[in-house]
Amino acid sequence: MKTPSENPAAPVLSFADLSVTFDTEFGDVDAVKKLSLDVKPGEVVALVGESGSGKSVTSTAAMGLLPHNAHITGAASVGESNVVGLPEEQVRRLRATNVAMVFQEPMTALNPVLSVERQMTEALELHDLAYGQDAVDRAVELLEQVGIPDPKRRIKQYPHQFSGGQRQRIVIAMAISCNPDIIIADEPTTALDVTVQAEILDLLRRLKDDLGTGILLITHNMGVVADMADRVAVMFRGDLVETGTVEDVLTKPQHPYTQKLLEAVPRLRHADEALASAGRSGAAEADRRLVLEAKNLVLEYDMRGHKFRAVEDVSFDVASNEILGIVGESGSGKSTIAKAVLGLLPVASGTLSVQGEDLVTLPPKKAKAVRRRIGVVFQDPAASLNPRFPIGDCITEPMVIHRVGTRKERLDRAAELLDAVRLPRTVLNRYPHELSGGQRQRISIARALTLKPELLIADEPTSALDVSVQASVLEMIAELQAEYEFACLFVSHDLAVVDLLAHHVVVMKDGRTVEQGPTSTVLHAPQEDYTKRLLAAAPVPHPGEQRDRREARRKLLREQGLRID
Amino acid sequence: MSTMNDQKTPSSGDVYSLAEAEDARLIKEDAESLSQGQLIRRRFLHHKAAMVSVGVLVFITVMAFSSIGFAGLPGWWGKTYLDAGTVIDGGRPTLSLIPTWLGGDGIRWGEYPFGQENTGKDYFALVMRGTQKSILIAVIVGAVATCIGAIIGAVAGYFRGWVDSILMRVTDLFIVIPLLVLAAVLGQIAGNLGSSIVYLALVLGLVTWTGLARLVRGEILSLREREFVSAAQSMGSSSGRIIFKHLLPNTIGVIVVNATFAIAGAILLETSLSYLGFGVVAPESSLGLLISEYQNSFTNRPWLFWWPGVIIVAIALSVNFIGDGLRDAFDPRQTQKRSKKRKAKANA
Repeated sequence: MKTPSENPAAPVLSFADLSVTFDTEFGDVDAVKKLSLDVKPGEVVALVGESGSGKSVTSTAAMGLLPHNAHITGAASVGESNVVGLPEEQVRRLRATNVAMVFQEPMTALNPVLSVERQMTEALELHDLAYGQDAVDRAVELLEQVGIPDPKRRIKQYPHQFSGGQRQRIVIAMAISCNPDIIIADEPTTALDVTVQAEILDLLRRLKDDLGTGILLITHNMGVVADMADRVAVMFRGDLVETGTVEDVLTKPQHPYTQKLLEAVPRLRHADEALASAGRSGAAEADRRLVLEAKNLVLEYDMRGHKFRAVEDVSFDVASNEILGIVGESGSGKSTIAKAVLGLLPVASGTLSVQGEDLVTLPPKKAKAVRRRIGVVFQDPAASLNPRFPIGDCITEPMVIHRVGTRKERLDRAAELLDAVRLPRTVLNRYPHELSGGQRQRISIARALTLKPELLIADEPTSALDVSVQASVLEMIAELQAEYEFACLFVSHDLAVVDLLAHHVVVMKDGRTVEQGPTSTVLHAPQEDYTKRLLAAAPVPHPGEQRDRREARRKLLREQGLRID
Repeated sequence: MSTMNDQKTPSSGDVYSLAEAEDARLIKEDAESLSQGQLIRRRFLHHKAAMVSVGVLVFITVMAFSSIGFAGLPGWWGKTYLDAGTVIDGGRPTLSLIPTWLGGDGIRWGEYPFGQENTGKDYFALVMRGTQKSILIAVIVGAVATCIGAIIGAVAGYFRGWVDSILMRVTDLFIVIPLLVLAAVLGQIAGNLGSSIVYLALVLGLVTWTGLARLVRGEILSLREREFVSAAQSMGSSSGRIIFKHLLPNTIGVIVVNATFAIAGAILLETSLSYLGFGVVAPESSLGLLISEYQNSFTNRPWLFWWPGVIIVAIALSVNFIGDGLRDAFDPRQTQKRSKKRKAKANA
């Protein structure tokens, strides 16, 4: 093992007065302002911030990968050498041997047409570390180290033959292949499910201890910070607003921005809190007015002739003024249910009725009339509004489709809805690209409410948003529901968000219901093993508490007889 | 949810919440709201090569239509392309652009600026007539091919399944038959329908839509997975509305850029057809026809070959540059100009 530096206390990565300005069509944009930060060997420094804070720009500067319109001053040093202003060829030699990167999206970080073997040996051969069979042996060793079972056989396979978590493990194996002094991990677990995230974090922690590399962890997830980091640096709009040990920053934040950020993080309530508020179950059981009811629902995707069953025998109901949360990991079929309710996917068998009318047997014309009573909010704020429609047209579109009202009435309704989602009326003539993600998501909510729906389908409405923005959007959904009394089907992967909003919860895995019932029971006194594992894997933004939870999770996994990495 | 309510009241002048900062910016911003279309227009107007090309194209068009008149309207040029006359000075062009103080004949237009052909017809009038035809063909072919291509591509891409299979096999069929052969046969049939060039243009439009159809289909295939399309579907929008209101406007970049290239292609296709004798026939005039008729004069009377040639190249090039400009305007990521400016600034 290579020693990172002669002097063990010398930082492996350090930024000194780093400023990055982008020269864009709309003038100069200061992305990073005078940032100074050190990462020592064997240390995990978390760089935290919301979008536009400049955290990714900082890390990209260290890799020397900023685009040509970036103007960089100050220093970003990897070991002894300052990357800023260094010729391309020398920066290239630094990569992988001195500084390596783990990206957010493991599918796109690996080349789908090359076998894992080819991709892993490439870095070794490029940097003169090993050739031919030696390189392959080394690659197998690395895969073993990151916990890929049966690496000798599997190294011949292609990226699509691995699961998301395994792919991220391979990316990590590639990152450590040349024994870098520092690994920059840019949102390494954001694209992964929470149980997989916990495993990847375990792996990173173990590797850091074994190899003594420093890790610069870029993330927006405070739970991940609490789980991994030794020190935390908080960025806000290009400024470093606070640095300190993880205990100090997360438990005693000094800067108002950090305080607000931590307040906005949704947390699972403690069991006693939850039981105290158990009365929060919407309308009393007796006078529940059912809006949506699914019985033995089966949904299938048609994959070029052969059927793939995405949802198997799921039953649930939602009454007005109630929120039903559907939680599960990717591939659990939770979004498929939302699609079926919206009529984007035919129902294979079972019933799906809105206010007593079965959408499955209803003729298309009538089904369309029924769907008028359903509003929808999708996940991706960048894609859910037509970029060529001004906001006013986006909001009034449902009225145009269903031929409701005159032009004036439609515009009045749009203005009314903008007030409801607390946006200025002047945005009516603006275009989606001029608005931020959170604002666009509020426009989506306004559009969903245009025809005063009885049912709102929210498919991961906040998972693409920043923490503080997510908080305001969730609050808005709750407020609007209190006002308009619609029923809401809330699909999410985030247990804390569901705990905050939902009255009832359905936990799904592989297209089947694992557990369902009132939120206080399912999320705070779970009966099923899977629910317990899911709850244990979600990290909380408190280092001490998270350490206890980590131990509790290990214990739980042992009890359930599962492999611990 | 008490934790969330706290953040609505900013404690001091500094705003430390991303959501609030964004909202404040939105309210404060009184700058003119630019739609994507306006942004694209602005970028296009700043594209030098494209703007020069627009100038050249407008000049040629105005010249061609105003000089000898069009559709019964008289023009400012006295001669017509049909009247033969006596050949003066071997039909040499009288146009001169070199001033006397540079040793030339001075700037003058003269009696026969582009010269005369062998029967003494005014070559300027002939070339202008040919240019009219070429531009007319270009516009009609561009419009017809774009409409057919965009609609077939959009329908195939949106519905997928058997609709897609049938439409795309038809497209393949058109692609495998050599364009020139197809256009020649159909052009001959169109010629029998009537002497008007419009029929030929329509026929050319009917066979040149294939490339655009494939491009639009590809674009629509990825667009239809975007959530705004799902949102429109779940609101109960009809397929027609989704295709024409949501999908096609978002492929406008591909469509416009391709239309310009299709126009340039159509001019050259007409030229080749007329050159081969399948397109426009004498006594009508077309740039391709003029070249084919006078190719043998290249050695002794080169202007008979040069004038139509130069105009074909000028039109095709300027239309291509306009296409380039439009592509850069629709996809500003491809241009690297700004970084050069920054480097120049850094060096200074």
